[in-house]
Amino acid sequence: MRPADPSSSTPAIAVRDLRKEYRGGTAVDGISFEVSPGAVVGLLGGNGAGKTTTIAMIMGLVLPTAGEVRVFGVDMARDRAKILHRMNFESPYVDMPHRLTVRQNLTVFGRLYGVADLRGRIAELACELALEPLLDRPSGQLSAGQKTRVALAKALINAPDLLLLDEPTASLDPDTADWIRSHLERYRAERGAAILLASHNMAEVERLCDEVIMMKAGRIVDRGTPAALLARYGRDNLEEVFLDLARGRGRAAELAP
Amino acid sequence: MSRASSRPSFSPSRVSALCLRYLYLLRSSWPRLLELVYWPAVQMITWGFVQLYVRETSNVVALGAGTFIGAVLLWDILFRGQLGFSVSFLEEMWARNLGNLLMSPLRPAEFVTALMVMSLVRLAIGIGPVTLLAIAFFGFNLWALGVALAAFFVNLILTSWSVGLVVSGLVLRHGLGAESLAWTIMFVMLPLACVYYPVAVLPGWLQVVAWALPPTYVFEGMRALLIEQSFRADLMAVSLALNVAYLAASVAVFLWLMREARKAGSLLQAGE
Repeated sequence: MRPADPSSSTPAIAVRDLRKEYRGGTAVDGISFEVSPGAVVGLLGGNGAGKTTTIAMIMGLVLPTAGEVRVFGVDMARDRAKILHRMNFESPYVDMPHRLTVRQNLTVFGRLYGVADLRGRIAELACELALEPLLDRPSGQLSAGQKTRVALAKALINAPDLLLLDEPTASLDPDTADWIRSHLERYRAERGAAILLASHNMAEVERLCDEVIMMKAGRIVDRGTPAALLARYGRDNLEEVFLDLARGRGRAAELAP
Repeated sequence: MSRASSRPSFSPSRVSALCLRYLYLLRSSWPRLLELVYWPAVQMITWGFVQLYVRETSNVVALGAGTFIGAVLLWDILFRGQLGFSVSFLEEMWARNLGNLLMSPLRPAEFVTALMVMSLVRLAIGIGPVTLLAIAFFGFNLWALGVALAAFFVNLILTSWSVGLVVSGLVLRHGLGAESLAWTIMFVMLPLACVYYPVAVLPGWLQVVAWALPPTYVFEGMRALLIEQSFRADLMAVSLALNVAYLAASVAVFLWLMREARKAGSLLQAGE
């Protein structure tokens, strides 16, 4: 599979004035950002900050009320079918069919994505993600950690140039979570893929991300490299920065407009 | 030119991938397979014995011709065809797999085609053995209807897909709260499409409604064939014309409901 081209000038994701209103209120309120090819960007924010809605709009599963999402230059509201084979995602809001074995699930998704040498690709992923002993077990009989590895295998089946991850290590034990993060780091390094990651886990974001976008109540309240954010807020870790922003305390209160 | 532009807009390979997913599921679950055959068999046997009993106690020509068993088998094509379509769709909701599919390169037309194929597969599994039971128990051979059976089948399956599309669209938009429609909506056809009696039995105003439904022409055609040995091609042609119109409308409704679901953000919230 051909690696992505991180030197390309077309952003992997370009979000412009994106807005989503539901009957109950505004979930995303006019945000704009870009993710360069090969970059890992973290969306950080509390519950209801708009992270999942933003990712769903980037995937084209939710239509924006206003604004635009382009993935590798393709307008997701109009032409998402043209680019879906270069993307993939993992989310706690979806699952894999429980009665199908891991191998059957990966076969179905591999064929949907038109993966060449699918048998070889499944074997490769099974080796990388330690799935060999699980391949012929029904997906519904796996533990949470095993399911996450299978979901990640599905997300990587087409070797995507853009990977969207919504809380990829939620509810995992620290060892499994660390293992998943290491794999994502390796995949990014080898493939040159862009990754957009929504997470509540500050250590995860700090470790994986080149840039962090802090969201609150549907808006972007700050952004920068993890180091820049730590310096700006005078904190030792992103968790403290997050709490400052969430509670409007410390340097966040001083920086607030 | 981007790599994307050479991708086919309709891929039989993606349709077969989704069908494979449903076949894996059927293969892994004997209760699902049993359910496909169980109810059509029970219904056919019940109506078959009713027909035997009434034939012994009355002298109505229609009963001797096997119209009850014929009606129940054709009804099952209509009902099970829609159920096969809708249940395959519901499997994705129950499995919380819809987001994975809609985020894959699978196009809506391919998704719908796979559901149609699976409705035929499920129908073959469910109704095929029951038609053989009808021969064994009551000497009624549905297959002997030949070309007429093909015309009946095409018209009934087209109606079942139209209804299946609308039901799936409603579930897509409104979540599993609309699931019960998949099991019950077709029953409105039972009295209105005159499955077990001629249209002439209905009051005048209801006959207008009946003639607006494509299956009515099939059941009238079946009675004409079994009682008068006359194949009414005219009835089949009208039924086909109505079916084409209804199917086109159903596709439009399905796509509209899918767009509404994307607006409402309900595709990732596939619960109640």
